[in-house]
Amino acid sequence: MRRESLLALCAAAASAARRRAPRALGVALAALAAFALLLLVDGKDPLRAYRDTAVYVFGNAYGFSELLVRMTPLLMTSVAVALPSRLGLINVGGEGQLYMGGWLATAGALNFPDLPAWALLPLMTALGFAGGALWALPPGLMRAAKLVNETISGLLLNYVAPLIVSFFIFGPWRSSESASYPQSPAFVAAARLPSFAGTRIHLGLLSGLVCLALYGLAINRTRWGLEMRAIGGNAEASLRLGIPVSGYVIATMAAAGGFAGVAGMAEVSAIQGRLVAELSPGYGFVGFLVAWLAGGNPVGILVMAFLFAVVSSVGDILQITQGVPYAVVNVLMAVILFIVLGQRRPLGAGR
Amino acid sequence: MSASFAAAVLSSSVLSGTSLLYATLGELVGERAGIVNLGLEGLMLIGAAAGFAATAVVGNPYLGVAVAGFACLAVNLGFGFIVIARRANQLASGLTLMFFGFGASALIGRPFVGALVSGLPRLGAFDALVWLAAPTALLLWLLLFRTRWGLALRAVGEDPAAAFAAGQRPERLQYQALAVAGLLGGVGGAHLSVALTQTWDEGMTAGRGFISIALVIFAKWNPLWALAGALVFGGAEALQLQLQARGVDVSPFLMTMVPYLLTLLVLLFWGWRRRSAAPAGLGRNFFGVE
Repeated sequence: MRRESLLALCAAAASAARRRAPRALGVALAALAAFALLLLVDGKDPLRAYRDTAVYVFGNAYGFSELLVRMTPLLMTSVAVALPSRLGLINVGGEGQLYMGGWLATAGALNFPDLPAWALLPLMTALGFAGGALWALPPGLMRAAKLVNETISGLLLNYVAPLIVSFFIFGPWRSSESASYPQSPAFVAAARLPSFAGTRIHLGLLSGLVCLALYGLAINRTRWGLEMRAIGGNAEASLRLGIPVSGYVIATMAAAGGFAGVAGMAEVSAIQGRLVAELSPGYGFVGFLVAWLAGGNPVGILVMAFLFAVVSSVGDILQITQGVPYAVVNVLMAVILFIVLGQRRPLGAGR
Repeated sequence: MSASFAAAVLSSSVLSGTSLLYATLGELVGERAGIVNLGLEGLMLIGAAAGFAATAVVGNPYLGVAVAGFACLAVNLGFGFIVIARRANQLASGLTLMFFGFGASALIGRPFVGALVSGLPRLGAFDALVWLAAPTALLLWLLLFRTRWGLALRAVGEDPAAAFAAGQRPERLQYQALAVAGLLGGVGGAHLSVALTQTWDEGMTAGRGFISIALVIFAKWNPLWALAGALVFGGAEALQLQLQARGVDVSPFLMTMVPYLLTLLVLLFWGWRRRSAAPAGLGRNFFGVE
């Protein structure tokens, strides 16, 4: 019975992919062509960049493993956007929430260095969640009280969180071993998320997949998911039905921030091994694009997060081989989204 | 608090408030026509990069500012095509424009990292853009509230369908408003790089675009109030710089937070007083009457 339903699910997914794949491919090709034109105007070699990227990420196991490393935080930051979008809320504060998650997780790692790994890592994950949730709470509260739009407050707080991180690594947490480059002291071994043999793929990937699965279950299989969809459809009617709309707004924002915070925890614990000023190259923002393009669909988020991991490695390659600033890859991401937004019928379901 | 300190803070707040004021005025005109542009941050960055690049290459800062203005005008019309003609969601499109600005400005500004320009020449105490800022606000107020064009534009922002029924052309007016918004946003960005810092640095606007969007709310969509708002927020920045220059012992990171937190507090206070004067059609798409 279960096997049959699984097969039916696979068949449905395959037919959906057949219907959507040509359009998605068209969008990708158009975006790549437009970006290539821009690079040509700037006197760079776009074909070489694309070839280098393909060779780097698909040519060997290590390059491919780096895609999964990059995809990991994107899974969590896009859930942080997709969850509130069910209520019609726009969480663009993911970047700040990620920094605060990394910050509070660092506080845990530095204050309890004697705990064994089985206690310290869950504690740091919980602290990461709390840090992100804390940062998403003011926008949620102000929105619930109909005082300030959550978009603008989230964007403003994005600029404050990295300053808090900088304040700590230049001040109380400054490592004595590196005077020139400010960073926190290195974490003890118990505070490092284990990674898989010889790669930088780490246990955070599992957390990301768990976040995504929890999100998928919550929105499709629980009463919360149903009520959230009701609020997103018509908040006024939901209020009359007795659904606690304000409570949902606050709790959803906090949970979303928590997911982004766990991404921050994974970055400091597995990748950096300490708190640094440049914690994220915009994972919080890219999560917004991923969630938007996926239309909030969990499988779509998985696919889009992988695609954007590929896109952002184009940025790396361009920076290394042709001296183009990494930020330029934002143009490629923007062009993809502009093409999708400019179509009358959106790619993802709904909207 | 000596008199010289107060004078330094005041003149420096006028200087740093100028770019905020131009950007705020531009966003305000767009929002009066019913279009909210969250991409202002990216737009200002493009203005800052393009203005600086043109100034460094040609050597004439006025030409640089003009190039910045027209480059952003063109970019904003592209944004207009997406949200007006293709009726895409304004918030998502605005954020996409922000990304585009991050990337495009890094590309434009790359050859000029570390370069210096002589900047806008001073005419008396300030440069020409500072002197023109207040008259621009007055001019926009006159245009919006004392001309037929302004009346039509505001009508579109309140209710495009009603404006259409009254014989106006909502889409054309929205394009015009976005052209003005792009021009002013570009000039605001260019003032930052060409006149204020006289260098280019990736991401140098540091949230000024978002503060400007908040200032539009603070100004209750009125250009004359925007003047006061820009001065207050320029003042927050100036005070922080002057305190640092005088060696006050507070972490620069904590002081840099002040403008963002102040913006949030002001929005909170404004929302609390329930005095919203937002155009009724803000952020909605006009699907035409056929």
